[in-house]
Amino acid sequence: MRRALLSLLPIFAAMAAGPEAKVKLPTGRADLVRGEKLFEGQCALCHGPKGVGGRGPMLTRAKLLHAPDDKALVQTISDGIRGTEMPGAGAMSDHEIQQVAAYVRSLGKIPPQAVPGNAAHGSEIYHAKGCTGCHEISGAGGISAPNLDGIGASRSAAFLRESLVDPGAAVPEGYLLVTVVPKNGEKVTGVRVNEDSFSIQLQDSAGRSHSFWKSEVTQIDKQRGKSPMPSFKGQLSDAELTDLVAYLASLKETK
Amino acid sequence: MRRLIWLLAPAALLAQTNVPYERIRDAAKEPGNWLTYSRDYTGQRYSPLDQIHTGNVGKLHIAWVRQVNELDAFETSPIVVDGTLFISEPPNAVVALDAATGRSLWRYQKELPSDLRLCCGKVNRGLAILGDTLYYASTDAHLIALDARTGRVRWDVTMAGYKLGYSGTGAPLAVKDKIITGMAGGEFGTRGFIDAYDAKTGKRAWRFKTIPEKGEPGNETWAGESWKTGSATAWVTGVYDPDTNTVLWGTGNPGPDWNGDVRKGDNLFSDCLVALDLDTGVKKWHFQYTPHDVNDWDSTQTPILVDGTVQGQPRKMVVLANRNGFYYSLDRITGKFIAGRPYVKQTWASGLDEAGRAIRVPNSEPSVEGTLIWPSLAGGSNWYSSTYNPKTNLYYVNVKEMAAVYHNGDATYRAGAAFNGGGQRDYKEEDPYGAVRALDVVTGQLRWEYKLHAPSHAGLMSTAGGLIFGSNSSSFFALDAQKGDLLWRFETGGGIDANPISYMSGGKQYVVIPSGHALFVFGLD
Repeated sequence: MRRALLSLLPIFAAMAAGPEAKVKLPTGRADLVRGEKLFEGQCALCHGPKGVGGRGPMLTRAKLLHAPDDKALVQTISDGIRGTEMPGAGAMSDHEIQQVAAYVRSLGKIPPQAVPGNAAHGSEIYHAKGCTGCHEISGAGGISAPNLDGIGASRSAAFLRESLVDPGAAVPEGYLLVTVVPKNGEKVTGVRVNEDSFSIQLQDSAGRSHSFWKSEVTQIDKQRGKSPMPSFKGQLSDAELTDLVAYLASLKETK
Repeated sequence: MRRLIWLLAPAALLAQTNVPYERIRDAAKEPGNWLTYSRDYTGQRYSPLDQIHTGNVGKLHIAWVRQVNELDAFETSPIVVDGTLFISEPPNAVVALDAATGRSLWRYQKELPSDLRLCCGKVNRGLAILGDTLYYASTDAHLIALDARTGRVRWDVTMAGYKLGYSGTGAPLAVKDKIITGMAGGEFGTRGFIDAYDAKTGKRAWRFKTIPEKGEPGNETWAGESWKTGSATAWVTGVYDPDTNTVLWGTGNPGPDWNGDVRKGDNLFSDCLVALDLDTGVKKWHFQYTPHDVNDWDSTQTPILVDGTVQGQPRKMVVLANRNGFYYSLDRITGKFIAGRPYVKQTWASGLDEAGRAIRVPNSEPSVEGTLIWPSLAGGSNWYSSTYNPKTNLYYVNVKEMAAVYHNGDATYRAGAAFNGGGQRDYKEEDPYGAVRALDVVTGQLRWEYKLHAPSHAGLMSTAGGLIFGSNSSSFFALDAQKGDLLWRFETGGGIDANPISYMSGGKQYVVIPSGHALFVFGLD
């Protein structure tokens, strides 16, 4: 089998069901148990154990953004979501995908836990602490850090809190801080935008782009697991952190 | 005026296109042509041209580009005959191009059914030529003979039913009066075969079934009825040894790919190299690289025939760097193992025994929870070409250093549906990377490497100009074959999933690589 298989196979899973076929998810206890086992093995790495969220969105919700109905849910698990980190489930059969879908739906029936804190006060903290210098919400703010529109829908409160106190533990996939020391000129630190065997492109905290031929630099220092974001541990009180998380958790809509 | 003659010359020669078997067998006499998939029957993908060499390759630049209006990967390896390039291009077309200018001479396209079962897109890796006929294994599993002068169909035979998941993706191999071809469909529970057809009539001369029937030797290596849906496809072009009249061809993964519980046993002749008599298709020997494969490590890549020296004795070898992470040299007369070793990081086997059989590490099989193994399903290398350069006596391979977490799962066969029994997810704790590695041709021992940022999925070619041409992501580059130094590179702007070739037209050497949705042809001033 070829490299592209994992991304393309789900098309067959969808084809086999037929474009108009209505999806009926399995309801048996054994199906849900199997669905959970598959979920824990292949999905929980991002969506967290029992779908509580993590690198990927929390799934303990009755309504899922990309899966308004069961057919869409099966399709999303099968094909992934283009333009996001969500891959297609190349390692599962049609039936297994349906078992996982059934398990995911069962998560949505668990009553959601309300996020504590005062979101309005959290918004004030967000602006007062300079988060807007790097992050963008609703078109306002910097561009050197991840955009936070809809972050409350894609990250759990626990993950958001961890991101604030230990930013290095929550670096998004593909996000890499790099310092390049050119043979001639000043060293540059920024987020990696692109890289191949011969060149590397960075964007610095001011949003400026930099491109280097690797043959013309003396050092490329990749700071894996590091984030340019400062930790707010000790900078904010526990109550302030709770309020800031409440604000971020309230950002449900992607603009 | 002289320039005008060059431009006209290919058209004049086109009318005379004639490539009898002897021309392909004696390809060394025609360094400027590329008459079969790997240039000659050895599979070495070595060009004897040296006009472009280590001293001037830095001045290589675009000569012409051919665009394709399709989004599927462009994997063709052109045939070049006396000033004409013949290529396959997605979705299901064959084109003749003037080798000097890139201008199209004719185009054939076969309409495709809408309900194809393909694992990996409408890809095709090239053509065969014999006499004045081109041979094309089409996406819907037909073998088609085209008049090389016009692109008109001479005959069209169905190899197998596409609705069951069979397809054609590899270049056929023309030998004597036969056209040899394999097939693809290893993710659909197909039953693999290698076919020979009469070049004139299209009548099938023989079929070697890569999974033996009940009662035939080897069938006992499949538990129960699992042999009926065991895949073992043959989707990349093999080689031919004129000395022994033997076709050597690789076979793919057993099906379902990742769930071995439903097909216990060694699963012969999956993941094998099989040596077949050209006249009869009867198997002379086989060597299985990955017995009872549960990681989808097809062994279909083109093997390379090398006449070498082992412990002071001349030895006729067949060598390859397998997708399972090990390099192997075999005696190609007997199929016996000579030497082997890992050429990338691998964690599934503790080594090879005296017969070359891998000793599997316990608990290395895919699991529901996921099992971390090096290499990934894409392998230490893959279908794309390795190359052997007789001037350096080195084997060159574009490697992938990457792991995967393998899962197994349901394995219920339904005709025409994907039959995988699991899959893999990327392992992200360590960055994967690639490299071009030069290996000792007998032992596989590393001589040098040129490290690449990402694993490549594209082949290599070596030349008498002391060069190795290869690709990484969207870059096409040339290395010094002796030392591995980078000498030239070009950013094509599209992903490269193909093998390079080189040819001569109008007294000038060109180098060709498909990339993205275009064919790039490079030359000197």
